[in-house]
Amino acid sequence: MAIVFEKPKALTDAELHYCPGCTHGIIHRLVAEAIDALGVEGRTIGVAPVGCAVMAYNYFACDMVEAAHGRAPAVATGIKRSLPDRIVFTYQGDGDLASIGMAETVHAATRNENITVIFVNNAIYGMTGGQMAPTSLPGQVTQTSPYGRDVKTAGYPIRVCEMLSQLDAPEFIARVAVNNVKNVKNAKKVIEKAFRNQVEGKGFSLVEVVSSCPTNWGLTPQKALEWVETKMIPYYPLGVYKDKSGEGNKE
Amino acid sequence: MAEKVLMKGNEAIAEAAIRAGCLHYFGYPITPQTELAAYMAKRMPKIGGVFLQAESEVAAINMVYGVASTGKRVMTSSSSPGVSLKQEGISYIAGADLPALIVNVQRGGPGLGGIQPSQSDYFQATKGGGHGDYHLIVLTPSSVQEMADLTALAFDLADKYRMPAMLLADGTMGQMMEPVVLPGESHATVEKPWAVTGTEGKRKHNVVNSLYLVPDELEKTNFERFERYAYIEENEARYESYMMEDAEYCLVAFGIAARVSKNAVVALRAKGIRAGLIRPITVWPFPKKPIAEAAGKVRVFVSVELSMGQMIEDVRLSENCKKPVYLCNRAGGKIPNPGEIIACVEKIAKGGDV
Repeated sequence: MAIVFEKPKALTDAELHYCPGCTHGIIHRLVAEAIDALGVEGRTIGVAPVGCAVMAYNYFACDMVEAAHGRAPAVATGIKRSLPDRIVFTYQGDGDLASIGMAETVHAATRNENITVIFVNNAIYGMTGGQMAPTSLPGQVTQTSPYGRDVKTAGYPIRVCEMLSQLDAPEFIARVAVNNVKNVKNAKKVIEKAFRNQVEGKGFSLVEVVSSCPTNWGLTPQKALEWVETKMIPYYPLGVYKDKSGEGNKE
Repeated sequence: MAEKVLMKGNEAIAEAAIRAGCLHYFGYPITPQTELAAYMAKRMPKIGGVFLQAESEVAAINMVYGVASTGKRVMTSSSSPGVSLKQEGISYIAGADLPALIVNVQRGGPGLGGIQPSQSDYFQATKGGGHGDYHLIVLTPSSVQEMADLTALAFDLADKYRMPAMLLADGTMGQMMEPVVLPGESHATVEKPWAVTGTEGKRKHNVVNSLYLVPDELEKTNFERFERYAYIEENEARYESYMMEDAEYCLVAFGIAARVSKNAVVALRAKGIRAGLIRPITVWPFPKKPIAEAAGKVRVFVSVELSMGQMIEDVRLSENCKKPVYLCNRAGGKIPNPGEIIACVEKIAKGGDV
């Protein structure tokens, strides 16, 4: 009998701990599919963050390192500098990457470290129970912005792709979403490119994945995906922000 | 016959580390460890190694964590305020049972403090520093020769016991020049089957991690780690004993304080006061046994420190309150001269308070 669908080899058999309707599962799968497609599982080393994906080290079948909060790009730098022929990726959330780890993110990008960064933006701290994130939208109600994010006191959300694409160094910066089939299919292509760039030695490739958090947004999974479409994507437009050596790029 | 060269202490550490097979260095500029990073910046690109000036001390120690995860010898260096910033990473390195070397060329504190020599990071180095139950192997060089020798030893011990080691030096040790015979080439001889190097499809994935959400597992890990620590305390404490055979006044000092204390011991003996010195070379594990043994023979202990009195607590614990323990100290970047130590011991000998 022909096999028409199976679990990617780069995922273990461990059951995911994520909440019902959370899109981390889809993103894990897309990362694993990219690793499978390139046939690099045996030489890939992943770095897990602190946040909802902290236990990603149980889910990816490649060698894994668990980093301190926000430090994944620095840890990945160490791994890649030690083993330049290995494929090194980080998997980080918005608090991890854009708040406590912003310095590590920006500097890994400006060194054009030949690593792949998967940045899951769901506009909230999920693991700790729904606090305001650096990417929470203006007016967004969270546990620590109970009256809505007031930009006068809490500042504005950070658009990571727009900011990083101002740097000279990084190879590839793109934003995708996983709220519908069309976007998931596109995200798969873009994530695979971000890994292929590394295999080809091109340098720092970051994919921001606009994601949902039904539990902490207080929405059903379906309403949460609608919220991604109507609230998140207008603030965080999808697209390729930088593709230094990509086709059609005259830079 | 090995050649003697004239080097600064900071440079001796760097060259000794390279000879010990450390080809990865991550740091951030700070005085007074500057020459170490400068030496690495110059040498590493010529020998196929990695020198990387990180965006912060925090990033540097996490790069160290990354390389250590792959099983290679790796180090960072800093001075007191910078070492405070590294504590988070050091705790993770200890929690993930990774070998690495951290060098602290101490300066006065707290806060920004000063840039002159100090030993006031003793508590931080020996009692934990970061969060959680853990120790570092802490070595305290007292000469440029020891800056080199103890660097090589620190890598060996870190590998052997799968834990971070610290070279606890001070600004004087870092800046002074002395003749040194550099150690020969060496490298890790310990197998590291736990390292993340890629499975190559031949084994189950390795995971480097310090997270144990099940309390029973975390407790078990901590108990097992402390069994290892107990073995280290029993077997790896190092010290030098100087004129202790008939000593009545036992000075205890490490690093630059021990060098000044040695001169004081000789001068005190010329005055008819029988002084001796126990110089801890490791301060974790602390050389408890020689101090406990001395407690049965000497009249008093004098802890000579460049701090407000930190090691004195370990001296008291080791001699078990059998004899009085006095503090002879300078702080804030000042170093006592032999005369001050002599005066301190003479005052004690006359029954005065110090």
